[in-house]
Amino acid sequence: MVSTATIASIRFGYGPNNPGARRDAAGLSDALRAGDPLGRGYGALGIDKALAEVRRFRDANEARKQGNEADYRAAQLRIREHFLRDTRSALSRILDTDQPIRERLVWFWADHFTAIPKVQPVRAAAHGYIDEAIRPHVAGRFPDMLKSVVTHPFMLHYLDQLESMGPNSRAGQRRESGLNENLAREVLELHTLGVSSAYTQTDVRQLAELFTGLTVRPDQGFRYIAAMAEPGSETVLGKSYGGQRGRFADIEAALNDIALHPDTAAHLARKLAVHFVSTDPDPDLIASMTAAYRASDGDLMALTDAMLAHPSAWSPVFAKARTPYEYVAAALTAFGATGEHIRDMSDRDLRRAVFAPMEAMGQPYWGARGPDGWPEEPEHWISPSGLATRIAWARGAAERLAGIAPDPRVFLEHALADAAGDRLRWAVSAAETKDVGLALVMASAEFNRR
Amino acid sequence: MTQFTRRGLLKGAGTLACSAAAHPLLTSATFAAAPWDNRLVVIILRGAMDGLATLQPLGDPNLNILRPGFQDPATDLDGFYAMHDGLAALRPLWDQGQLAFAHAVSTPYRDKRSHFDGQDLLEAGTAMDAGSVRDGWLNRMMQTVPGVSGRTAFAIGRENMKILSGMAEVANWAPDTPFDLDANAQALLAHIYADDPLFHAAANEAVELATMISAEELANEGEPDPMMGMSAPPQGGGAERQLAAFAAERLREETRIAAFSINGWDTHRDQTGALTRNLQKLADVILTLKMGLGRDWGKTTVLAVTEFGRTARPNGSNGTDHGTGGAMLMAGGAIKGGQVFGRWPGLSEADLYDRRDLMPTADVRAYAAWAMRGAFGLGRSELQSDIFPGLDMGSDPGMML
Repeated sequence: MVSTATIASIRFGYGPNNPGARRDAAGLSDALRAGDPLGRGYGALGIDKALAEVRRFRDANEARKQGNEADYRAAQLRIREHFLRDTRSALSRILDTDQPIRERLVWFWADHFTAIPKVQPVRAAAHGYIDEAIRPHVAGRFPDMLKSVVTHPFMLHYLDQLESMGPNSRAGQRRESGLNENLAREVLELHTLGVSSAYTQTDVRQLAELFTGLTVRPDQGFRYIAAMAEPGSETVLGKSYGGQRGRFADIEAALNDIALHPDTAAHLARKLAVHFVSTDPDPDLIASMTAAYRASDGDLMALTDAMLAHPSAWSPVFAKARTPYEYVAAALTAFGATGEHIRDMSDRDLRRAVFAPMEAMGQPYWGARGPDGWPEEPEHWISPSGLATRIAWARGAAERLAGIAPDPRVFLEHALADAAGDRLRWAVSAAETKDVGLALVMASAEFNRR
Repeated sequence: MTQFTRRGLLKGAGTLACSAAAHPLLTSATFAAAPWDNRLVVIILRGAMDGLATLQPLGDPNLNILRPGFQDPATDLDGFYAMHDGLAALRPLWDQGQLAFAHAVSTPYRDKRSHFDGQDLLEAGTAMDAGSVRDGWLNRMMQTVPGVSGRTAFAIGRENMKILSGMAEVANWAPDTPFDLDANAQALLAHIYADDPLFHAAANEAVELATMISAEELANEGEPDPMMGMSAPPQGGGAERQLAAFAAERLREETRIAAFSINGWDTHRDQTGALTRNLQKLADVILTLKMGLGRDWGKTTVLAVTEFGRTARPNGSNGTDHGTGGAMLMAGGAIKGGQVFGRWPGLSEADLYDRRDLMPTADVRAYAAWAMRGAFGLGRSELQSDIFPGLDMGSDPGMML
């Protein structure tokens, strides 16, 4: 029988080698309530500074047309360096935290609210989006997270809200411009109610009209510009918002109502359970999580607690597969790597050891295909070529990640503790070389599942 | 100890290629003749291709009223429709009768305009809620045909292809997957995966495919076959070209059905650049297939389909939003090309679906059904009940030679 602490470390963390992952339900919950232990030194570039980099890039791009190549290259390089520094910080958090469940939740909600940099300079804002819009709310309230996301410049850019304006607004009339319904549609379909909910195209359209005015000024960040807002009230899900003149408060009110809609509760409960527990979760687990969310008016701590309190979340059968990012992070955890190791790695080594393999395994970093994020089905990741790539990566991973190869039998304990099966234990001890023994651990079903 | 299949355990790939007959343990399926000689390639264009910009109905005066100054450069095909210049490289195929389109087509999906539901339904091939249907229409087609092997159909790339998933065994591989394990390592993996069916099946399949592919590469090295009438596939190019080149290689062997995706058609903003690049990519993919297939191109039908069309009017940011009716593309030596199929619904306000989208006048599944009827001789009743439940194929559009 696998111990509770080991189940927790694998299902809600990145493996048992991080002591902070080995907790029972109450311990995980207490850790989340205690707040984020990692502060300065792990934060990403803030949105104000990111926008300054975007402006610098834009100006340099203009100057480039006059033949000034040097400034353009420099601006490009700065963006790249910011993105790489933030990439290192994000990975370092996973390795250095004593609350791995918090990092798992952060990446879960970041995937729920997937936003992808569509042009190169916007990458400067990518990790800041997670730190500012997602991270503060993973143990807080969902309506607050939703509002933070929908007003974050990174999301507004990704889902084309910047230029959307009311066709009858002052700005719309002047520029003969109109609506873009991309953000409104994904908010209803992906972020809140879910596609099986009973909203209509009219609701999408009305919400898109209500959203007009949400935009970004390069030198000011997020702004609500009433002159872009469609005049008149909008009816979303049967409720009317706003009056003749657009107000930001009306958007907030609508987002609050949508966030607390019963369909949103059921959608979020199911999604969280599917991510952590099983693609076919116990209906009783969903019911209990949904009820907790509704009773608490959208408290994500209550939603998470309800999951952790349910017996099916502690099944000794690991029904999910680690995504490539989780997989590589779990290997680093098992090798005992720290944030310092990650910061000391050259860009080239980091790319070769971590990010190029992730891409080959089917998950380019920040490269989801669309706003629906990464697939949850284990079959998606453990396809013939997906598994083959993981097996190939496991050969030599010790050298690339840790520099030296530990004893495979010791590594097995660090990687899986009492979750390692007898067959794996036997094979690791029977391996002819250290390299093969270590590769077997990382190629094993136990290490690829969670 | 559980073992991978005999084939997987053969040490040298060359051994397999040279002396297959000497290994009675090889399952016969590998070398079974495919049930037919004709080939079908289905390309899923994910993100919703703008049909009105790809195949432009310039003969409809309302187009310019809906999209003043928005349309990209296009070249006339038949006096009514013009083809987006991003597809210009395919013009010779049109002239040779190897390229065709159907316009104003859609799946039965309506109103919610979700990419993900739309793609699910497109791949499920059903009229009902695709969420409850777990298999894809190409897989159900395989289930109706006796004598297919696990290599008859190939899903290519790292993408999950619902269109090919289901009860019938199909192959699934991404080109350039690194995989080189000696027999010893394979035996150890077989041992540790014995209790986990997902890992066991995936590893077994990986060993078989990697062995087969390297065996073929070895066998083909330095032996150009002048009878095949093919030139070398183009070098370089993007990931999509690699998928197409790999598909062509498989289709020249025992594979008869291949499916893969081209992503990135969701052009909400500044549509011109992204659409042009994507259409160029699609043209390149089709030409790569043609080149790689050589004389087998004459037996090939390529269908490129998307989940739905886009709004008839541009949106506020030089792009288009999710719509309903759209266009599909067909290519290959097996089709009767040089024509645009379908009934044009018109673009006046009253003609539009929901006053915003191109009105679909035909089901995209009907064209896929007629393609399979022509290529594989499938019966109307199995097409309309087993493969595309509830579909009315209608009368023969005459798209197949």
